[in-house]
Amino acid sequence: MKKIFVILTFASILYACGGGESKSESKTEEAVEATTEGTAANANPDYDPKRGEGKFTAETVKIGATIDATMVTEGEKIQSVKCSACHKLTDEKLVGPGWAGVTKRRNPEWIMNFITNPDPMIDKDPVVQASLELCLVRMPNQSLTDDDARHLLEFMRKNDGVK
Amino acid sequence: MKKNIIILSSVIGLAMLSVVGCKPKNTSNATSADAAQKVYVAPGKYDEIYNFVSGGFSGQMSVYGIPSGRLLRVIPVFSQDPEKGWGYSEETKPMMNTSHGFTPWDDLHHVQLSKTNGEVDGRWVFGNANNTPRVARIDLSTFRTQEIIELPNSGGNHSSPFITENTEYVVAGTRFSVPMDDANGDVPINTYKQNFKGTLSFISVGKEDGKMDIAFQIECPGVNFDLSRAGKGVSHGWFFFSCYNTEQANTLLEVNASQKDKDFVMAVNWKKAEEYLKAGKAKKQAVRYAHNTYSEKTHSATSEIKTEVLVLNAKELKDICYFIPCPKSPHGCDVSPTGEYIVASGKLAAVIPVFSFDKIQKAIAAKSYDGEFDGIPVIKYESALQGEVKKPGLGPLHTEFDDNGNAYTSMFVSSEVVKWSLKDLKVLDRAPTFYSIGHLCVVGGDTKKPTGKYLIAYNKITKDRYLPTGPELSQSAQLFDISGDKMKLLLDFPTIGEPHYAQACLASLIKDKSVKMFKIEENSHPYVAKGEKETKVVREGNKVHVYMTAIRSHLAPDNIEGIKMGDEVYFHVTNLEQDWDVPHGFAIKGASNAELLIMPGETQTLKWIPTKVGISPMYCTDFCSALHQEMQGYVRVSPASSKLPISFSLGAK
Repeated sequence: MKKIFVILTFASILYACGGGESKSESKTEEAVEATTEGTAANANPDYDPKRGEGKFTAETVKIGATIDATMVTEGEKIQSVKCSACHKLTDEKLVGPGWAGVTKRRNPEWIMNFITNPDPMIDKDPVVQASLELCLVRMPNQSLTDDDARHLLEFMRKNDGVK
Repeated sequence: MKKNIIILSSVIGLAMLSVVGCKPKNTSNATSADAAQKVYVAPGKYDEIYNFVSGGFSGQMSVYGIPSGRLLRVIPVFSQDPEKGWGYSEETKPMMNTSHGFTPWDDLHHVQLSKTNGEVDGRWVFGNANNTPRVARIDLSTFRTQEIIELPNSGGNHSSPFITENTEYVVAGTRFSVPMDDANGDVPINTYKQNFKGTLSFISVGKEDGKMDIAFQIECPGVNFDLSRAGKGVSHGWFFFSCYNTEQANTLLEVNASQKDKDFVMAVNWKKAEEYLKAGKAKKQAVRYAHNTYSEKTHSATSEIKTEVLVLNAKELKDICYFIPCPKSPHGCDVSPTGEYIVASGKLAAVIPVFSFDKIQKAIAAKSYDGEFDGIPVIKYESALQGEVKKPGLGPLHTEFDDNGNAYTSMFVSSEVVKWSLKDLKVLDRAPTFYSIGHLCVVGGDTKKPTGKYLIAYNKITKDRYLPTGPELSQSAQLFDISGDKMKLLLDFPTIGEPHYAQACLASLIKDKSVKMFKIEENSHPYVAKGEKETKVVREGNKVHVYMTAIRSHLAPDNIEGIKMGDEVYFHVTNLEQDWDVPHGFAIKGASNAELLIMPGETQTLKWIPTKVGISPMYCTDFCSALHQEMQGYVRVSPASSKLPISFSLGAK
C-alpha cells in the first residue's frame, strides 16, 4: 500500500510540473500547435484516467461476484506465454510492475484497455508515464484479443484473492 | 455548386484537423517547408559530406552522402559479402580468421574516423566487432578493409574503436567480463565476482601505414564496459569509459544490473599506463589472437596467430584507473570539443551529469575519494561534477557537439534529440525522432573542431514511416538541420542492418584521394597473369590453377578441358583494365561459394570443386560493355578416370 502511495505521489508531482515540456510528448513547434487545439498542454480532457483509452467501458465489462474458473484457466495460459517474462505475480517489479493488487488499484475496463491498447495510454496516462520513468520500457502491444484481455483480467482477480 | 465545394472543403478541412489533433506525432507537420530544397542534390552533383554508418548486425559499414541520404557503398568488413566476393575469394578468406577459425559474421557497432590534432584526417575509418572481439581498419583511399585484429582476454568488443586525438591508440573495452584467457575458464558462471575480469585494450596505430598492434591491455574489475572516448586538448592523455553492471550480476541483467543508483565512468590515465609499460611493469600473458592484413600489392590477405600480450593490472599499479560514480547504467561517455567536460548519459537516469576534467584532476590530487571498488579508487561524485542537465528526457544515450558550444543528446525512451548549452547546461530545444533513437552524429561532432550544420539520428524503430515490408522493417536515419536555434527535420532515409553509430566528415577530406584502379605493373599476386600471353592452366596433382585474364569483353582462356572429378580448380582472374569503374565479375555454374568481383589491375581467386561430369559455363557478372553478354566460356569436366590432358584456348578455330 505504501508503495502505491509513493507511485501516486510521484505521478501527481510529475503531472503538476510536467507542463508543456512533458518529456514523452515533446514535438516540433508545428506539431505542438497542431495538437494544442485538441488537447491542452497540461491535460488530456478527452482522456479519462479511470477508464483509460480503448474499446472497453464500465458498461461493457461484466464482472461476476465470484471467479469464473474457466476464464482463469484461459487467462493463466496467456499470462504464461505473453506476460510472465516481464511481470511477477507478487508486488515485486521485474521489467514491469508486479501484478499483486492491480485489480484493486485499477478499474477492470482500465486494465483491459491498457493491455489491448498500450501505446496511446503510455503517452497519455499520468500513472503509466510515472511507471515508465521507473521501468523505462514501454509495455509492448502483445496483440491480445478481447477475450484474452477478459480472461487475463479474471486471472488477475484470482491473483488478488477473489474467490 | 460553388457553395457545395466550400462545404465539402470545410468538411475535409475539419476532418484533417481532427486527424492531426488525435495523432500528435503526425510526421508531416514535423518537417520544415524548405526541407526538400535542403536535401536535394541535383543529378550529377556530389554530396557535401560522407557519412560512415555502421551496419550493426549486418557486420558491414555503409557510406551515405549527406544531405541527400543516398547510399554510396556498403564496405564489407566482418561479414562475408557474396556481391563482392569478400570472405569468399581465396585472397579475402584470411580476413575472417580468428583464434576460433573462420568467423564469417559479426556485429559492427561503432565507427571512428582517424584523427590528427583531434580533427578528422580522412585516412582511415575503424569499426568494432561486438561478438568475436575484433577491430577493423578500413583505408579511405580504397574503401576496403585493410586490417582486422582480434582481442584476447575479451568477451564482446563494445567499448570500441574509440581513438586518441592523433590516432595514437584505438581502444577496445570488453562488454562482457570473462575469465582471462590464460586462466581456467571452466568455472561456475556464478563465480563472476571472483573469476571474471574486464580488460581495456590499447591498440597502437602506425603513424604512416596505420598498422595495428596491441600495445598493452589493462586488467580491470569485472563489470560491463559500454562506451568510451579519449580525452582531447586539456584532457589528452586520458580515456573515459562508461561502466554498467557494477552489481557484477551474471544473470537477468535487465533487472539485476539496474539495482544501484550509480554505476561508474572510469577515467584512465593512459600516459601513466605507458610509463608503467616502459618500466617493465606489464605481465606477459600467453594468449592466442589473429591479426589479418590485406595487401594491395599482392591483392591478398595474410592471417597471423599471435601468442603474447602485455597486461597491466589496474589494481596493483596505482594511478592508472579511477572510478567516478555516474547515475544508472551510463552509455555515452562523451568529451566536449575542448576536452574540458565529460558528458555521461545514464540510460536509466533522470539527469545528464557533466564531469569536469579539471575537477577530476583536483579530486585525485586531494584524494577526494569515496572508498574503493575492487581496489580502484572511487572519486566523490560531487568532486568531479561540473553540473547536471536537469530534466533532459527519458533514456539519455549519447552526446555530440556542434561548433557553437552546444551539445545534442539522444533520448531512447522519449524518442527525441535534446539540444543543450555546454555553458549553463540548460535545455535549449527538443526534436522528436521516429522512433527510438540510439546514437546520433553531428558532422565532426566528436572532434576538437566540429563542423556542425547537420545532425543525423539513427533510429531502431520505423513502424509507419515506410511502406510495409513484412515483419522486418528497415531501420533508419533522420537528418536534421542544426544551423539555426531550432533543430529542423529534413529527411528520413532507410539504412542497412542496424545503423548503430556513425561519423561524418566533409567530402573534401576524402574524395580526391580515392584510388581509381590498381597498376597492373605493381601487381605482385603469385598467380597474376600480366597480359593474355601469361594465361595458362597448370595441373599440380588434383589441384588445377587457371591463370585467367578479363578485359572487355572476354575471359582468357575461355575454353578449358582436362578438368576431372575430384579436382580442386583455382580460377585466378586478373582484371587487365586500367581505367576507373571497370570491375569484372567471374562466376561458374555450381560454385558453392560466390562470385568474384575484380577491380582493374587486381587478381582474385575463386576455388571451384566440380560436382558433375559435363560442361560448366562461366561468365562475367558485372555488366562491362555492349558485349558483356558475350563475355563467357566453358569448362569441360571429365570423369576421375579420364586420361584427357589439360588444354585451354581462346579464339581457337
